[in-house]
Amino acid sequence: MPEPVADRVPTAAAPAGNGAEPVEAAPTRKLGLMGWLSLIWLVGITLAAVLAPVLPLSDPDESFLRIVREPPIQPGHLLGGDGNGRDILARVIYGTRTSLTISVGAVGLGLIVGGFLGLVAGFFRGRIDTILSTLFNVLLAIPSLVLLLALVTIYASSDENASNARRMVVLIVALAIVSVPLLGRITRASTLAWSEREFVKAAAVLGARPWRIMFREVLPNVLPAMMSITLLGIGIAIVFEGAISLLGLGVSDVPSWGNMIASGRPELARAPHIVAIPSIAIFLTVLSLNYLGDVIRARFDVREAVL
Amino acid sequence: MNEPYAVRPAARRLLDVVDVKTYFRTPRGLVRAVDGVSLSLDRGTTLGIVGESGSGKSVLSRSIMGLLPKRNVVREGKVVYEGTDISRLSPEELRELWGTEMAMIFQDPMTSLNPVQRVGAQITEGLRVRLDMDRKTAKATALALLRSVGIPEPERRLRQYPHELSGGMRQRIMIAVALACGPKLLFADEPTTALDVTVQAQILNLLARQQRERDMAVILVTHDLGVVAGRTDHIAVMYAGQLVEMAPTAELFSNVRMPYTEALLRSIPTLDQPRHTRLQVIPGRPPDLVDPPPGCRFAPRCRYVQERCRVEAPPLLDGGNGHLYRCWYPVGRETAAPVTVGTGAS
Amino acid sequence: MVLARELGKRFLLLVLVLFLVTLFTSLLLSMTPGDPVDTLLPVADENSEEVQQRKAEVRERLNLDEPLWTQYTAWLGDFVRGDFGDYFRVSGEDPVGDTVKEALPVSLQLMVYSQILALLIAIPVGVVAAYRAGSWFDKGANTTAFALLSVPSFVLGLALAYYIGVWLNWVPPSGYVPFGEDAVEHVKRMVLPALSLAAAQIAVYMRLLRSDMMQTLQEDFVQMARSKGISDRRVLWRHALRPSSLTLLTVAGLNVGTLIGNALVIEVLFSIPGLGTAIFQAITERQYVALQSFVAIIAIIFVLVNFAVDVLYTVVDPRIRHARARS
Repeated sequence: MPEPVADRVPTAAAPAGNGAEPVEAAPTRKLGLMGWLSLIWLVGITLAAVLAPVLPLSDPDESFLRIVREPPIQPGHLLGGDGNGRDILARVIYGTRTSLTISVGAVGLGLIVGGFLGLVAGFFRGRIDTILSTLFNVLLAIPSLVLLLALVTIYASSDENASNARRMVVLIVALAIVSVPLLGRITRASTLAWSEREFVKAAAVLGARPWRIMFREVLPNVLPAMMSITLLGIGIAIVFEGAISLLGLGVSDVPSWGNMIASGRPELARAPHIVAIPSIAIFLTVLSLNYLGDVIRARFDVREAVL
Repeated sequence: MNEPYAVRPAARRLLDVVDVKTYFRTPRGLVRAVDGVSLSLDRGTTLGIVGESGSGKSVLSRSIMGLLPKRNVVREGKVVYEGTDISRLSPEELRELWGTEMAMIFQDPMTSLNPVQRVGAQITEGLRVRLDMDRKTAKATALALLRSVGIPEPERRLRQYPHELSGGMRQRIMIAVALACGPKLLFADEPTTALDVTVQAQILNLLARQQRERDMAVILVTHDLGVVAGRTDHIAVMYAGQLVEMAPTAELFSNVRMPYTEALLRSIPTLDQPRHTRLQVIPGRPPDLVDPPPGCRFAPRCRYVQERCRVEAPPLLDGGNGHLYRCWYPVGRETAAPVTVGTGAS
Repeated sequence: MVLARELGKRFLLLVLVLFLVTLFTSLLLSMTPGDPVDTLLPVADENSEEVQQRKAEVRERLNLDEPLWTQYTAWLGDFVRGDFGDYFRVSGEDPVGDTVKEALPVSLQLMVYSQILALLIAIPVGVVAAYRAGSWFDKGANTTAFALLSVPSFVLGLALAYYIGVWLNWVPPSGYVPFGEDAVEHVKRMVLPALSLAAAQIAVYMRLLRSDMMQTLQEDFVQMARSKGISDRRVLWRHALRPSSLTLLTVAGLNVGTLIGNALVIEVLFSIPGLGTAIFQAITERQYVALQSFVAIIAIIFVLVNFAVDVLYTVVDPRIRHARARS
């Protein structure tokens, strides 16, 4: 990646570059406007999701005939109604609960498992690393969405009467499984890089036990890289949830961003806002997650080993 | 600026560099890489530009040629090549001169040759694009070029990639590439620094021979006084972006004035020194080019430094015999008349 | 010669991964909770003789009573001979192979078109952005890329289908016509889906190329090329682009995997009868045998593409070839 100009003050010995290296616009080290907006958005939707029951919202499942397919800014229903006359604002906010629960839960689970495995693989190396890496590679050899579909289908759809809770659990676990190899790979790369550092070897020389070193010396330094990929992963999970719902395999009893889009699809020509609003929600959330993930990565500037 | 001399007939004058300044805009401030340098060059002669890293010597040669970034660069002064002020030319007009009138060879031939392009193509590219040669003529010319730079089995080499060749051969290739379109002026930017000592002499000899055969002027930029010792007509010494001494070669070595140059000379180890002789180094480091000190820029490291040096910056003075220097208390002789900007030895 | 040895090593790795992947997918069915056969043939009247017999037949056909290893080898044996199993329908059984033969080319077309589209747009934009780093063009390109990355492809697909397909009606918003039948219609119907898929790729490739180019433009050999007096355009495209394109090629190849996933949804959205739609149907109809085969096929394609990319990478950069040879 090109370094900022400060690191490349031209000296007599250095080649003068082509029309390049102006002072790079820095979205990197500091939060900046975009960063704060992203943070505000994410905190905002999280709060909305948590506080949904106590907020002055309509019942997300109730049908108001008056607003069937009516576009936003309706009296009492800020974002209009969907094909069944349900309040979109309420559904979007309750949908946030679902989508966030699924994505954060899945990536969180994946982070714990994948992160742990990656740490172990990168730290202990040798046979353990070979086995784990092969495991990661095999899982990664199957395109994520396809793997996800397969897992969800097998464990949730086979049972007609799968309860919603069960569906969500399956979805979360499946998403977690899909995210494990990715999180594991990044963690492993980061661990490999950090394990070479002197302070880790120093700890070993001092007689600290390997597990202790791994958790107390290496892990804290690997954490930023993991955080960055976690944020990105949550974004991906949200999108996957949307894709799954669009294909009819997601949760259906409670609103989620994904199933709002799915149910709005037939009305696309007549009432595009039904699809547009949850889409915008997804877009803004993924945008914020991507941006913050980028900022974290740039700030901690871990030179990850390329696998 | 006036040029108050005309020692040689104008027909031989190739290049006049008049008070050239090149500053780079950086977050830390304005880096004064080249801070008012003037010199001249005649056809077929060799000028050596000597200085340590950061002295501005490479930036100077690029400034003269015009090979600088487009952004964040401040340029002043004139560069007159064969009567035309090329520092005012548009990028397209300037490009017309590159390759056919002036060319440059770079320090590290490994990084200066396109790693994914065959050597032959790199030579013929200039021939075909600039001289409009057809493929056959270009190939024949390239072969001749390779032979003239002393590369055995040129047919085979044409099809090879740079990483398949040794360092010395790569440098020869680079020379061939630069000379392909027959330039009148060659900038050699540290041409031997990346090479083994044994190969260095070969390359320098090659350059000298090419220069004679083509009646070409050469600006040889290096940090190594040994390189310029027998091979240049004039030497210019640079320090912290300024010209601090310039003289015909013999005059410089026999009659050094600038303490910096003297220190450089002293620091060259020679074979006839007794064993275990300490290498003489110049203590300290070059000054910050963003905020150079007042007074003489070499003062902090000079063994002859006086009070005046720290306070008042010496101008370029003329010591006669075409010898210019920038010092209040030069080695050996007393000071002489100040020199108006724009003179250079020729 | 040494190149061959290098490739041989990778080939072995390839075989290993293929083995594990197919093992995993072939056992998917067996991993369903409950009796797989019941899943395949959910019939109301469970207890009739006929139904029981059919179930027994199916069970035998699919080797469900055999140990896992036998199941795998049997499955593999069939697979490599092109027998991808059957759809278990009310009317009887249709070989999955037929569907694969029709659907696979369609999916490949979609993916290839979207990659080509993405590269066609990303490369010039990336080159110019690198050349004019810091300009408004560069900043605009970067911002657009970032935004494109954050839009899910199906959202983009829906938006395009609506605005360009329905509202403006420039092209039909769904359906498929084979190239052989009517080339124009074929292209018209593939444009929106390919574009939806390509959008995120454009962003990734553009940024990648731009950053690599910016680095390459700093290199000595670019200065050398400039100093020969050749035009900036030639320097950019003939000299700077090739060494900068390595990462791009690798990522482009590896991206096929992400493409496959996204292509699935896009196919369904635009009613393109490719492998994605086939998978979708298999899922809705609970045709798990078919699903297994599809997943296996896709995984194999993905692994093979990665392998091909790796080989290509070696060819494009002669340095890699020789570096590997030496080590």
